[in-house]
Amino acid sequence: MALSIVHRATGIALYVGTLLLAWWLIAAATGPTAYAHVQAFTGSIIGRLIVFGYTWALMHHMLSGIRHFVWDLGFGFKANEREALTWGALIGGIVLTVLIWIIAYAIGGGR
Amino acid sequence: MSATDTPKRSMRTPLGRVRNLGAAHSGTSDFWRQRITGVAMTLLMIPVLVIVMMLLGRNQAGAAQILSSIPVALILLLFIFASAWHMKIGMQVVIEDYVHNEKLKLIPVMLNNFFSIAVALASTYAILKLSSGV
Repeated sequence: MALSIVHRATGIALYVGTLLLAWWLIAAATGPTAYAHVQAFTGSIIGRLIVFGYTWALMHHMLSGIRHFVWDLGFGFKANEREALTWGALIGGIVLTVLIWIIAYAIGGGR
Repeated sequence: MSATDTPKRSMRTPLGRVRNLGAAHSGTSDFWRQRITGVAMTLLMIPVLVIVMMLLGRNQAGAAQILSSIPVALILLLFIFASAWHMKIGMQVVIEDYVHNEKLKLIPVMLNNFFSIAVALASTYAILKLSSGV
């Protein structure tokens, strides 16, 4: 498995994605018109895809990072343990992302 | 020749002085801070997700009201601080892995610092402005 490059790639994506986060907070502090612009973007198909991708990158990077913590502490180096950690991060990232979006739509974020 | 002109005598060799400092020339401090900020963000992830969920579908007035509450503002400020630091270190590692020219490397390393600080300050300013209610 070559998941370390995915950890790096999601890290870079999250780095660029902070622009969206900053834009959103600044818009909230600026006023209704600026905030409506952000909502129009995040509500569009492209915007939703980007935020969905951002959610996945964040969840995957977090779980993959926890995997690195386990290694930093000196555990999980056996072949089967490495496989389990890697698959856990990969599958866990997707599951958490889908779960978050189901909750988001359930409480009315889909409007 | 005054005393100050005399080079300091040390038993340490030049190699010994730079050994273990790595490409960042700062030893393991960045490695450690990368872990601290990573753990911090992992711990903050659930509260941050709850805040984002609370904001979904609300207009600016509603969002501003939630963002200006003290616990929400504090959690977001901590998260912004940790993520800016974390991403600055992370991107520097990437730069150091791929750019090997020592002088050329200064450009992306500086831009990385500017970007990370700008994002952190802009976000922090927005939250403080919302909290002060101006």
